[in-house]
Amino acid sequence: MKYIDEFQNPELARRLLDDIHATVTRPWALMEVCGGQTHSIIRHGIDQLLPDKVELIHGPGCPVCVTPLEVIDKALEIASRPEVIFCSFGDMLRVPGTGRDLFQVRSEGGDVRVVYSPLDALRIAQQNPDREVVFFGIGFETTAPPNAMTVHQARKLGIPNFSMLVSHVRVPPAIEAIMSSPSCRVQGFLAAGHVCSVMGMGEYPELAERFRVPIVVTGFEPLDILEGVRRTVQQLERGEHTVDNAYARAVRAEGNPAARAMLEDVFEVTDRAWRGIGVIPQSGWRLAPKYRDYDAEHRFSVEGIRTQEPAECRSGEVLQGLLKPHECEAFGTLCTPRTPLGATMVSSEGACAAYYLYRRLDMPATKAQEATPVV
Amino acid sequence: MSDTTDLPVPALDVEAWTCPAPLRDRPRVVMGHGGGGVLSAELVQQIFAPAFGGEVLAQMGDAAILPLGGARLAFSTDSYVVRPLFFPGGSIGDLAVNGTVNDLAMSGARAAYLSCGFILEEGVELDVVTRVSEALGAAARTAGVEVATGDTKVVEAGHGDGIYINTAGIGLVPAGVDLRPQRVVPGDVVIVSGAIGVHGVAVMSVREGLEFGVEIKSDCAALGGLVDAMLAVTSDLHVLRDPTRGGLAASLNEIAQASGTGVVIQERDVPVPPAVANACAILGLDPMYIANEGKLVAFVPREHADAVLGAMRAHPLGADSVIIGETVEEHPGMVVARTGLGGTRVVDLPIGEQLPRIC
Repeated sequence: MKYIDEFQNPELARRLLDDIHATVTRPWALMEVCGGQTHSIIRHGIDQLLPDKVELIHGPGCPVCVTPLEVIDKALEIASRPEVIFCSFGDMLRVPGTGRDLFQVRSEGGDVRVVYSPLDALRIAQQNPDREVVFFGIGFETTAPPNAMTVHQARKLGIPNFSMLVSHVRVPPAIEAIMSSPSCRVQGFLAAGHVCSVMGMGEYPELAERFRVPIVVTGFEPLDILEGVRRTVQQLERGEHTVDNAYARAVRAEGNPAARAMLEDVFEVTDRAWRGIGVIPQSGWRLAPKYRDYDAEHRFSVEGIRTQEPAECRSGEVLQGLLKPHECEAFGTLCTPRTPLGATMVSSEGACAAYYLYRRLDMPATKAQEATPVV
Repeated sequence: MSDTTDLPVPALDVEAWTCPAPLRDRPRVVMGHGGGGVLSAELVQQIFAPAFGGEVLAQMGDAAILPLGGARLAFSTDSYVVRPLFFPGGSIGDLAVNGTVNDLAMSGARAAYLSCGFILEEGVELDVVTRVSEALGAAARTAGVEVATGDTKVVEAGHGDGIYINTAGIGLVPAGVDLRPQRVVPGDVVIVSGAIGVHGVAVMSVREGLEFGVEIKSDCAALGGLVDAMLAVTSDLHVLRDPTRGGLAASLNEIAQASGTGVVIQERDVPVPPAVANACAILGLDPMYIANEGKLVAFVPREHADAVLGAMRAHPLGADSVIIGETVEEHPGMVVARTGLGGTRVVDLPIGEQLPRIC
């Protein structure tokens, strides 16, 4: 982990912090788009070390959090079927659908398996020709290419018992939606580095220009984030709004052409509902018509599922940066990782979970006490 | 909701957005109930303890301390359901001995006798049973403990993972030794006996077919000798724990909550081998929550800390012992880590099992 350690060096971090403190003259609100960045910020206490004038707002970039309830319910429905082996990344198993989660389906006899790669699910399909194997394909531009490749492989290898429940989302339309909202307070973006490592930076100049907002491509280690913050506030202080790459060791301007080509072959852009935000036009991917045979929604006829969410949780506002997790009335009381109201408390990258796990010390005493699990 | 809409502009209707009803009590057992975290504790406190009752059980130690004929016996049991049966650095046979021996050692007792119950799945090869048994016997001899009684059951094919083993052990607690979390006071020093997270990652690497560049071997070992070495320096240790399921984070939280003190650790001082850190970084797991099988965490009065640390480092199983923190009066019942950059964060008790993240 030597390479990573270098990006956690306290002395270098102090220099960057000094520079940021010396640069900032006015209050600025920056949004880190990716949930991985949110966790890194909270886990390393970076927000405590920044000037009070720099506010970090947590964005919608947690793939687990923004997967719509309808899709979770479809997953629960498919996973409950006796002929199905349902494969998913681990952190989707605890996300509440309507009244239950995938763990519960498994405890009721459903064959739900955690995999580390979509190709593992394809292998399971090959090993179980008499079963239907379904992979839960969610996430941003980072997870979409390997999922696309898996569908491509399924067809190439002629594996008939594999399908994918697809709910992929795209970052740039989300940024556009956030900036278009009348209540938006975001003045600069730390763009998600791993998304850009796939897609490149070509989608951002138009957004930066249209909304006059600096967008700095940022990594995930503490020094990456501090450098991203430094470059963003430098632009803001100078009145600039350009796209800048502070994660050059992973991101090239053109991204990963092979991954993009695979995406374009297997998926097509579609409108997509984001949990907590609503429908954002052109913000998702679904399987292209030529791969429709591999679409689990069609194969299992679950297109008709409709879900009505009761009005208790405010994670929609959290996802848009309008509310800090601990400012929610339910935080730490009605809503804990044990009894989550919403996905932002469940996901390992969710902002509410990050606050609950790492930041209870900073809250008023009563709230922190309520948030302490009873064992 | 349809994936396709005719909406011409982004629709951000915050007021209309709502969230699903909370998941309350689960009607069935889920894997997390065995994960050593909040769900495990709830299972014990809400179902087992009320049903069984008893003052001894209420101590909730790794081993029960039983006054008997003027002596104090330590008594503990554990079941082993690891998959696969063999992993780098050990097997289910080693675990079945070392786990129970260590539960006794954490009360200061040197294990004397073990019971051993095998639950075999129909179809498992006798060669496998032989290898596991030989590993179990060898581990018992290394730990200086005798397998005194046993039992065997066979379940139908498909009703087990080849071999499950339950062991119970008894040992004597030496006079003057009293290891309980309730003895922890603010100012105690927190020591761990070496690198954390190794066993969990070793098992995961073979179970899931993951390769991390270098082979990671389980730290599975019996800790009776190391505890003897510590007690030889002072009998005034406050509490010992072997951070198995739930990892170091779970052990620290259990002690913080049972003692009513706060625990502060320096994150940079927690020994995480690069291979474990790499594997965890890839999978999105936190080494603090990964299981260990040959490590202990000790809460020691400050005045004895140097001597105890010296004794631990002189023992082969404690050569890499290090102080990672202390107990404080602030934030009672909570564990707080000071980050490498100078911030702080709460280190929580896990809910159930850790889940690998999506990306």
